[in-house]
Amino acid sequence: MARLTDVPDSARSQELKGPERAWQSDHLHKDYERFPPRRSRFTTLSGAPIKDLYTPTDIANIDYLADLGFPGQYPYTRGVHASMYRGRPWTIRQVAGFGQAEDTNRRYKYLLAHGETGLSTDFDLPTLLGYDSDHPVYSREVGKIGVAIDTVVDTHALFADIPLDEISTSLTINGSAAVLLAMYRVTGDERGISGDRLTGTIQNDILKEYTAQNEFIFPPGPSVRLVVDTMEYAANCMPRFNPVSISGYHIREAGATAVEELALTLSAGITYLEAAKERGIDPDVLAPRVSFFFDVHRDFFEEIAKLRAARRLWALLMRERLGCRDPRSWLMRAHAQTAGVSLTAQQPLNNIVRTTTEALSGVLGGVQSLHTNSFDEAYAIPSEHAIKIAVRTQQILLHETGVGDVVDPLAGSYYIERLTKDILEQAKALIEQIDAMGGLVAAIESGYVNQLIADSAWEQQMQVEANERVIVGVNDFVDEVSPSEMELFELDPRTAEQQIRRLKETKASRDQRSAGQALRAIESAAREQRKNLMPHIEEAVRERCTVGEVCGVLREVWGEQRPSTRF
Amino acid sequence: MPIKVVIAKPGLDGHDRGAKVIARSLRDAGMEVVYTGIFQSPQSIVRTVIQEDAQVLGISSLAGGHLEYAADILALLRKEGASDVLVVLGGTIPERDAAKLMTMGITAVFGPGTPTSRVVEYIRDHAPRLRPTA
Repeated sequence: MARLTDVPDSARSQELKGPERAWQSDHLHKDYERFPPRRSRFTTLSGAPIKDLYTPTDIANIDYLADLGFPGQYPYTRGVHASMYRGRPWTIRQVAGFGQAEDTNRRYKYLLAHGETGLSTDFDLPTLLGYDSDHPVYSREVGKIGVAIDTVVDTHALFADIPLDEISTSLTINGSAAVLLAMYRVTGDERGISGDRLTGTIQNDILKEYTAQNEFIFPPGPSVRLVVDTMEYAANCMPRFNPVSISGYHIREAGATAVEELALTLSAGITYLEAAKERGIDPDVLAPRVSFFFDVHRDFFEEIAKLRAARRLWALLMRERLGCRDPRSWLMRAHAQTAGVSLTAQQPLNNIVRTTTEALSGVLGGVQSLHTNSFDEAYAIPSEHAIKIAVRTQQILLHETGVGDVVDPLAGSYYIERLTKDILEQAKALIEQIDAMGGLVAAIESGYVNQLIADSAWEQQMQVEANERVIVGVNDFVDEVSPSEMELFELDPRTAEQQIRRLKETKASRDQRSAGQALRAIESAAREQRKNLMPHIEEAVRERCTVGEVCGVLREVWGEQRPSTRF
Repeated sequence: MPIKVVIAKPGLDGHDRGAKVIARSLRDAGMEVVYTGIFQSPQSIVRTVIQEDAQVLGISSLAGGHLEYAADILALLRKEGASDVLVVLGGTIPERDAAKLMTMGITAVFGPGTPTSRVVEYIRDHAPRLRPTA
């Protein structure tokens, strides 16, 4: 057994206990007499108590090979690749999306020109929720918080001049993800790029919508089926594309702790793969293309530990619980984004510093791609100026600081390893608790998960208001005079009108009979439990059917999920 | 009689962390709180305010729809003869829009980082007295 330290066994850590106690009474307590602790109780952002000091005693039970291993090897605590950023730097992937497809396409080109290495798309609310831009009420939300997409004509404009076989694209969409996945495939296909050359990721993680991000359409049952359909479809015809990015980000942003973020995310991953297994699909076919998306929040060390624990726990679950044999099924590839909720509207330039340290914990945690928030995002879609600084932040980290020059540099830190182990064990216990409730879908339907997250959010807010947590510029170091307003991004007011015109033109010029047939085929397939819907959705997309039409048909068959009124 | 407040999320915006934290802090402060949940139309929000006979309506908006939704809600309240309802709004609201909202009839706009105690105090101080029941 190779211990993490050169301590041969726990006897040595026993030996340390005496000197540690002596240090506490002779030095530490004396120090505190002169300089009392800054806080009545030190805890991580998630509320876990933090000791004064960590020593080999705290990691006496960690076995190097079994618990950490080498990077690129089970259990991947130290990273999913052997050479990590020495060989391949993380992907700089800034999410972008507003207005019409052409507007976002211009933003993509701007970002790529400044050194971004992967694309990521935010969609507007009507698209996310399966409505067309000409919806009588929701047309006012067209293009506001993301790009408006109605038909494949729009995705052609969105990716114009972008080499889809060379650059990977992430699509942040869930409720209507199946339609957008088909659109991406058809866009490539109509440009002569076959499905097996497309790389990228679609978020398509519906379960966290019911508890955190709130962009759900149908009830959980049929929604999980649709996720499995897309996974199977992608495995068949888009083998290099990640059909699901299981996301803790929104769970965390909604107020969950790091442990809850981790447990709920991995629990969702298990739910999808077990649902697929029930349909007779071998997890080893799907698991290698499951990717993840985490928040990197304020607490520097906790986030690093969370990412390391996440990899190890996923590997364990895939191997032991799902019975995966293919090592590619065990490894967790993850994207991270700095915490939107940590941005402050007050003294906005301070957000650059927050984003930098959060990004740094993502890098030290070993993520494969990273989004850094822009300093003006507490108010609006980022301006070009702000988003460029966000890209530059990542470039400075990669090229100037040396943090990517050694693999998993914080391994062996008494604190980091202890925190990694604690988070892993607590997350594992929460997953077991959810299992005991009948699984994640049952835990969501009972309201348990929403309440869990709401309670954690409440606790954090109360800590800030009791000044137990200082937020610079918000509850301390407050500027007396509020600064003059920043130059904020403004959307072209003609966006909705222009988008509606294009939608009408596309619908008028298509083959109505084929479009109608394609929609009816989706409807009848939706009524059959075992049929994969994706080939039918793909056909409808080719026939220029709209996001709203496809989702409308499914709404008729499956009904809508009612929003929760708990708080 | 406790002050009765409806906390509402108009449109498709799903950001409900703030709305729920505010709802809970108002309840803890002794008010009676109804949370509509997300995806509400201006019509359904106004219907809830009237059915619940609420004195205060708090609108939460974090996806840029605040001006249009607030205008619709205020117009409907007037139409229903409920213009005495105190209407406040919270969320990510650029300053220039906050000024516009105030001229439209929103009496207070609470931006990011506002302590919940300030919202509680404001509502306590400004909620209209109960209308005599007919």
